[in-house]
Amino acid sequence: MPVKVSMTVNGKPVAAEVEERTLLVTFIRENLRLTGTHVGCDTAQCGACTIHMNGNAVKACNMLAMQAEGADILTIEGVAAADGTLHPMQEAFREHHALQCGFCTPGMVMSAIDLVKRHPKPTEAVVRAELDGNFCRCTGYHNIVKAILDAAPKVAAMR
Amino acid sequence: MYAFNYQKAKSVADAAAALAKNPDAKALAGGQSLIAAMKLRLAAPAAVVDLGGVAELRGIKSDGKNLVVGAMTRHSEVVFSDDVRKAIPALAHLAGEIGDRMVRNMGTLGGSIAHNDPAADYPAAVLGLGATVETNKRKIAADDFFKGLYETALEPGELITSVSFPVPKRAGYVKFKQPASRFALVGVFVADTGSGVRVAVTGAGPCVFRVPEMEKALASKFAPESVANIRIPDKGLNSDIHASAEYRAHLVTVMAKRAVQAALG
Amino acid sequence: MGSLNFIGASVKRKEDYRFLTGGGQYTDDVAPERATYAVFVRSPHAHARIRKVDTAKAAKAAGVLAVYTGEDVAKAGINGLPCGWLITDVNGQPMKEPPYPVLAQGKARYVGDRVAVVIAETYNQAKDAAEQVEVDYEVLPAVTDTASARKKGAPAVHDIAPDNTCYVWALGDKAKVDEAFKAAAHVTKLEFVNNRLIPNAIEPRSAIGAYSRADDSYTLYVASQNPHVERLLMTAFVLGLPEHKVRVVAPDVGGGFGSKIYLYGEDVVVTWASKQLNRPVKWTAERVESFMSDAHGRDHVTTAELALDKDGKFLAMRVHTTANLGAYLSTFASCIPTILYATLLAGQYTTPQIYCEVTAVFTNTAPVDAYRGAGRPEATYVVERLVETAARETKIDPAEIRRRNFIRSFPYQTPVALLYDTGNYEATLDAAMKLGDVAGFAKRKEEAAKRGRLRGLGYSCYIEACGIAPSNVAGALGARAGLFEAGEVRVHPTGKVTVFTGSHSHGQGHETTFAQVVASRLGIPVEDVDIVHGDTSKILFGMGTYGSRSLAVGGTAIVKAVDKVIAKGKKIAAHLMEAAEADVEFADGVFKVSGTDKQVPFAQIALTAYVPHNYPLDKLEPGLNENAFYDPTNFTFPAGSYVCEVEVDPDTGKTTIESFVAVDDFGKVINPMIVAGQVHGGLTQGIGQALLEGCRYDPETGQLVTGTMSDYCLPRAGDVPSFKLDTRETPCTHNPLGVKGCGEAGAIGAPAALMNAITDAVGVRDVPMPATAETVWRALASKKAA
Repeated sequence: MPVKVSMTVNGKPVAAEVEERTLLVTFIRENLRLTGTHVGCDTAQCGACTIHMNGNAVKACNMLAMQAEGADILTIEGVAAADGTLHPMQEAFREHHALQCGFCTPGMVMSAIDLVKRHPKPTEAVVRAELDGNFCRCTGYHNIVKAILDAAPKVAAMR
Repeated sequence: MYAFNYQKAKSVADAAAALAKNPDAKALAGGQSLIAAMKLRLAAPAAVVDLGGVAELRGIKSDGKNLVVGAMTRHSEVVFSDDVRKAIPALAHLAGEIGDRMVRNMGTLGGSIAHNDPAADYPAAVLGLGATVETNKRKIAADDFFKGLYETALEPGELITSVSFPVPKRAGYVKFKQPASRFALVGVFVADTGSGVRVAVTGAGPCVFRVPEMEKALASKFAPESVANIRIPDKGLNSDIHASAEYRAHLVTVMAKRAVQAALG
Repeated sequence: MGSLNFIGASVKRKEDYRFLTGGGQYTDDVAPERATYAVFVRSPHAHARIRKVDTAKAAKAAGVLAVYTGEDVAKAGINGLPCGWLITDVNGQPMKEPPYPVLAQGKARYVGDRVAVVIAETYNQAKDAAEQVEVDYEVLPAVTDTASARKKGAPAVHDIAPDNTCYVWALGDKAKVDEAFKAAAHVTKLEFVNNRLIPNAIEPRSAIGAYSRADDSYTLYVASQNPHVERLLMTAFVLGLPEHKVRVVAPDVGGGFGSKIYLYGEDVVVTWASKQLNRPVKWTAERVESFMSDAHGRDHVTTAELALDKDGKFLAMRVHTTANLGAYLSTFASCIPTILYATLLAGQYTTPQIYCEVTAVFTNTAPVDAYRGAGRPEATYVVERLVETAARETKIDPAEIRRRNFIRSFPYQTPVALLYDTGNYEATLDAAMKLGDVAGFAKRKEEAAKRGRLRGLGYSCYIEACGIAPSNVAGALGARAGLFEAGEVRVHPTGKVTVFTGSHSHGQGHETTFAQVVASRLGIPVEDVDIVHGDTSKILFGMGTYGSRSLAVGGTAIVKAVDKVIAKGKKIAAHLMEAAEADVEFADGVFKVSGTDKQVPFAQIALTAYVPHNYPLDKLEPGLNENAFYDPTNFTFPAGSYVCEVEVDPDTGKTTIESFVAVDDFGKVINPMIVAGQVHGGLTQGIGQALLEGCRYDPETGQLVTGTMSDYCLPRAGDVPSFKLDTRETPCTHNPLGVKGCGEAGAIGAPAALMNAITDAVGVRDVPMPATAETVWRALASKKAA
């Protein structure tokens, strides 16, 4: 039986009729055609689907669209400024070559922004531990860690 | 996942009624275990009752003697709660060891202990601290709550509302992670309650359990060396591709030692 | 060149903006109108006879458009998937080549083998209906273990190979090797398993077949590393379609590591089915499907011996390997444990005699093929574990024993067929020892001991062979394909440039590196050059990306095309400046008449070529568009020295990497930032193999027991350290860029360094990979017991 789901995504109200079993990530990718949020696993480990719900990073593949009813959702498409200027975290990823194939990147960036929000002055050890929920098979994490450490004060300065 | 009916509960009573009406319905807390199982088609509830909108199930209260955590309180709220950090820092530490940051932003205390995964972290704290599980029907002592593999004392239609943790004199939790899943290969929670010592082990067996021999030794002297030579038998422990029962038994001793050390600060 | 030389510059990547903003277009992001969704029914058994597939119920389920089985594809005349390399057995016979059907015929041979496909209006409908396909299996005994495959009584995977042997293959002079062993002062012998790995590119495999009745043509979107090869194999060998009627597009691809080189049955099925249904058919793997059906890597069981004289000089090496090929021969499976393995056993050393015998076996497991490094990590592991162990046994310092045996004069012909063109192994070792402060290790070990930790240090001095070549030699060795690359340089009238390359980029940063090469050569800004790849309708041909070949082979093809552009430009410039062509030189983006101040910029030449008013039309065609094919004369030979330091917690057996140093010689480096990134990723996959990753099948049931990310451990950020890198350059002698390739080095060199460090810390001869905490704890316990 289809159910109606509505939420705000990247500042825009959206609504659709979906099957109850629709995952949030499926809603974002298929209904909204925002394909920057990726699916890399089915056990909620890889983190490629990471988005923000009401300001907190969550895995969009491990929750129902209905669980986000009424929520404020931010996906990778909504992170850069309206004129296309990259967010400091995105910019740091570019600067430090923290991405290769790009598939884990959206989830990694969303996770990283949440990370520095919770740990505004993280050490390398904290960054590595807090990236537990995001797999990257390309970069060996070296440059991702560098980028996050570099971006942390810049993101803090935004607030 | 298979198709199911979805219902968003407005209150505990609403949720309990929905669950009582349909024996094939499942309560959906944070969903970090349930949704994952449904996606792999390992769980197939006919209906899902979402507790996400039930405000009365959320929140952390502390009166100095007891710390009461609502069933729908997210792990990350426990991690960053000043009340928890002040009253039972080991509990905040434990919550921070669950899954990963995104999972902690969704996963809940109630969901975790109701599921009672043999390698979950929270059962170690609930049992280790001698907490009381409060439901919509009654209060259940931790010692009576965890019954076996994925099995609890909860009856059909019974919902956890909160868990009341007595504040211990000191406590520590140390976990050796299964490297792939990040669940506990072995996790040991040690609490010196003032009136005694409790040692709870997760990950090693089919269900969280206490180690009376260690509790006795620690009661007479709360120091790592008290448990250093206590080795629990392998029999009945989990043995899988990630670790043999023998290794898990060994780790129980090592983690217990380290948990005591952590409790001592 | 002047300011427009970008060789050696860490230019930020052109591709990053789209990836960082969610603008990447991966196969699953492509949403054709009227798409249908395919779900494959896979065998739950490792080995079973398929008595009957009843599709009636599924066919009637909601939304279902079609259900196809092995019978249907056989009836449609669809052939099996071909193997691209013929290995000849020591008995002179060709290897056993059993059919590799796109949907199982009569038997399922591994857990995950494709048995049927359900296509429906929605994914959920297809998934639900797939469960309604009733397959009557007669479960047969299975063999999954490499070492057991040839044991008496082992169940045969294929009737044509009753002893499960695909081939026995050998390289080297056995008699001379045996003789050398007899004369040896010391022999070091090790037996080990090179653990089976599951690639796990984070983007799962995905394919969309789309048929157009309008012009009887097909488009296949597929997560592939080599779209042209995919098209060639699919049209010429499997479906028998006219090649020009099939377009294969590999858009953004989320990592490959080898696993997306191959033609898979799913790709064929969605292409074929799209015509049957006259609608696009989309399939994307769930991660559990990736685990069970992507081609796996490694899986060797090896006995290796090294003979030394009294001074620690290597006299000979003898290696016997059993290699698991899985249930079917994947596209390049047969050449990995032979051509890409045994030929690397000389390593960086002058070992005069080497003999290697490889027995390749079929088992009831997923097909095994190239995975990052492909044969070379296995070879390096053999050589570097032997060398380190020999050093410990003969009490010669492990760095010193390597120095005593390094190849120092080039070109060097190894006893295992390769001709190394250049290298300086001492230079990388010296640099690595310095960067890793090997001199201070004893102190660190002592300090660690005070903390109750066991500290160990290990080396690995690897060599690899990249850009497999030349085609005629490869052909003589059994290759059924060419190994060249193609490139096209299209100069637009405004002097902006689009480059079309057969090398596919799925993380390697070709869009930037190749642009740097072209921009530098033409003396124009990097922004003026765009790289196009991954679409057979745009690119003339391509062999794709694998074996660290892109820059050395694909880059050279582009350079050759650029040089043709420059040559034509000189003719045009000579005409414009009324000079002799021989007097025109090109530098810094300007054509000049030597010895004069006459000059014309590149952009003006481009414009003239397209607006040929003042133009030698009688001698020269208008336009400025050139292509080139390049077939290398030899492999390239990247090499390097890695130094790893670990600490082991003796209470738990847990290993922590304290330091990892990698000094590589990739020849000329175009973009150091990108090269470092490649090394980081390779090292992490190598560390994954050594510490965390190990594919396991249940020996009784043949079930894949490491079938999710909860059970198969991929490296996380906390599992690896920040790496210390450096490079040394000995330019490759036979390509114009002097480049060698860098994509696989880390994965090749890292495992041995790490395992040498762990065995050093623990004080045992060997610890099996992956060196999990329990494995190391047991090694410590057995040492204590001894």
